[in-house]
Amino acid sequence: MASITPGYDVTLQDPHRNTGDDATSRAPLVLGHLDFKGVTDRVSSVALAWPAVWWWAMFVPSVALAGLFFSLIGYLFATGVGIWGNNSPNMWGFPIINFVFWVGIGHAGTLISAILFLFRQNWRTSINRFAEAMTIFAVVCAGIFPGIHVGRPWLAYWLFPYPNQMAMWPQFRSPLLWDVFAVSTYASVSFLFWYTGMVPDLATLRDRCKNRIGKIAYGIASFGWTGSSRHWHRFEKAYLLLAALCTPLVLSVHSVVSFDFAVAQLPGWHTTFFPPYFVAGAIYGGFAMVLTLAVPCRYLLGFRDIITERHIENCCKVMLGTGMIVTYAYAAEFFFAWYSGHHFERAIFLFRLGGPESLGFWALVVCNCVIPQLMWVKKFRLNPWTILIAAMAVNIGMWLERYVIVISSLSNDFVPSSWDQFRATWVDIWLFVGSFGLFFTNFLLFLKFLPTVAISEVKTVMPAAHAHGPSHADDHEAHGDESAPKGAH
Amino acid sequence: MSTIDAPPPPLTTPAAGEPVQPYDPKLTADEAPSRPFAVLGEFDNVDDVMAATHAAYAKGYRKMDVHTPFPIHGIDEALGIKPTILPWLVLSAGVTGMITGLLLTSYTMGIIQGPLPFVPVALEPYEYLISGKPYWSLAAYIPVIFELTIMFSAYTAVFAMFLLNKLPMLYNPLFRSDLMKRVTDDRFVLAIEATDRNFDEQDTEKFLKEQGALQTDLVTY
Repeated sequence: MASITPGYDVTLQDPHRNTGDDATSRAPLVLGHLDFKGVTDRVSSVALAWPAVWWWAMFVPSVALAGLFFSLIGYLFATGVGIWGNNSPNMWGFPIINFVFWVGIGHAGTLISAILFLFRQNWRTSINRFAEAMTIFAVVCAGIFPGIHVGRPWLAYWLFPYPNQMAMWPQFRSPLLWDVFAVSTYASVSFLFWYTGMVPDLATLRDRCKNRIGKIAYGIASFGWTGSSRHWHRFEKAYLLLAALCTPLVLSVHSVVSFDFAVAQLPGWHTTFFPPYFVAGAIYGGFAMVLTLAVPCRYLLGFRDIITERHIENCCKVMLGTGMIVTYAYAAEFFFAWYSGHHFERAIFLFRLGGPESLGFWALVVCNCVIPQLMWVKKFRLNPWTILIAAMAVNIGMWLERYVIVISSLSNDFVPSSWDQFRATWVDIWLFVGSFGLFFTNFLLFLKFLPTVAISEVKTVMPAAHAHGPSHADDHEAHGDESAPKGAH
Repeated sequence: MSTIDAPPPPLTTPAAGEPVQPYDPKLTADEAPSRPFAVLGEFDNVDDVMAATHAAYAKGYRKMDVHTPFPIHGIDEALGIKPTILPWLVLSAGVTGMITGLLLTSYTMGIIQGPLPFVPVALEPYEYLISGKPYWSLAAYIPVIFELTIMFSAYTAVFAMFLLNKLPMLYNPLFRSDLMKRVTDDRFVLAIEATDRNFDEQDTEKFLKEQGALQTDLVTY
């Protein structure tokens, strides 16, 4: 919520563009001459109006896919994990690939909400709510996959350290148990961060909702928020503390996920290089998903003046930057394999180039390292179609990356007699597709019922939010007494 | 008017001999026979409400609050809000979380061999030998200790913030004023509470008008 104040360029000529490269003034983050009321109206109208046709057109298939997802989980529980392509040595297969894929997507949301907040990147305010929602729904999808992979999922609570009649404690030296702690902390803290930030905006919806049920629901959800300055004072402090806590948390979560691999002895996995490589990959894939969602939503929800081209362009730049880190990591992995002189390590990487999974490897190189280079060109960063092409390429490429890492190492370990190839079954594929149904069902419900943009935060980055600012967008006449004490910024 | 459409009857007890007037939800806040809660003054921009707050502070008002759609910088100084204790609570929760994690991992993974006196079987630790690693492998326990530290502090940051703010509080006399409707949109309301020693219904309202309030409203219980 805190924001840097001075220097907003309010003398902008074109009210619908802010993509200039002039470094001497700060580009405005809200366009179209919107004032406070304009921002409130624009955002709350989406939550309070009857959903549009496009919403139903996306919601119905999403619910159908989510239904398929849960039906297949039912089939799995009734039958057993034999319906998957998992075999020995490919014990992990799709569940871990999908888990890492979805957890990774979540990371961009926390990066935007926490890390960019600490760095005082004010442009985050328009997209953070949205990206945090994406985080939570992605982590929900992620959590399901290891949960259904444990064999007897009704005993999954054994993962938690609780006193029991077996006198058994979990094994705290295992990265898989670290995952339980990391992911459950991440999911719950992300939810609290998201919900806390949303309380003032739920109060906005409460005060504007005409429908009685909505009024009561938003009234309860907003806890009786009155916008009191004493409350804001603690709220801002709590928000800052949460951002400071979430920053190491998000980095730790994907580091712990990478330990699942790095602590194992398998060639291609056993490397100290995995945590930074995985975190960069997670943010890369997450920003691709943010763009995949934000670019259409700008148009569909009518948020083009709030989520401006500049916001989208910034996301493209982050995606490009993290993409370069990931590309470097791929190259470094090959170098390490060669330089290690380790026979099996070298073999795994040669298998990636020309083995049975080489098609996946080369597709991931094209998707993750080649296509996103489009984003170097400003024209392409401003064109929704090229952005979507690049973002979709990264979405696909990041899933393939996890596929290649998991499958190529597992299927070809030290003893050739134990090698086996992995072949996904139809259940594997439809469970993965179905998890998108669950994700989009949740996301579309969020778009419909909750404040999609952090209304109160966007107002803080508007010039009129600051005492003695250069201008006021609303047409009031009386200015304050200029001799009154000035507020400290 | 408010989210909860049936506010409780006014708390005032009528003086002896006065007929008891039943609670009538149709009465506006001004007509209702009850004691005042606060006087509200509405402003439509940050500069005006800041100036009014400084003036109110200078005039001796202390029990007041500014209701705004977003946090305003400098309002803490204008209202005389003291820094919150929250960071210290979060720090102590974090230290508690860290100690919890350290004790949990060290105890259960076996720095002690059970059975122990007075410890039920379900809580007994045992030396847990995995791949010949040391029983007390602190490095391997760090992820769990770290996550518990973050979990304890983050939960405390959120729940302590809401509790210190006395939220959730679904009924608040302020919601009986229509001025509060736009506080979550584009208006700024300076509320001077009746419990302030300088409070006077007429004077305070007049004071707010002098400060350029677009509208004022007397809120009662």
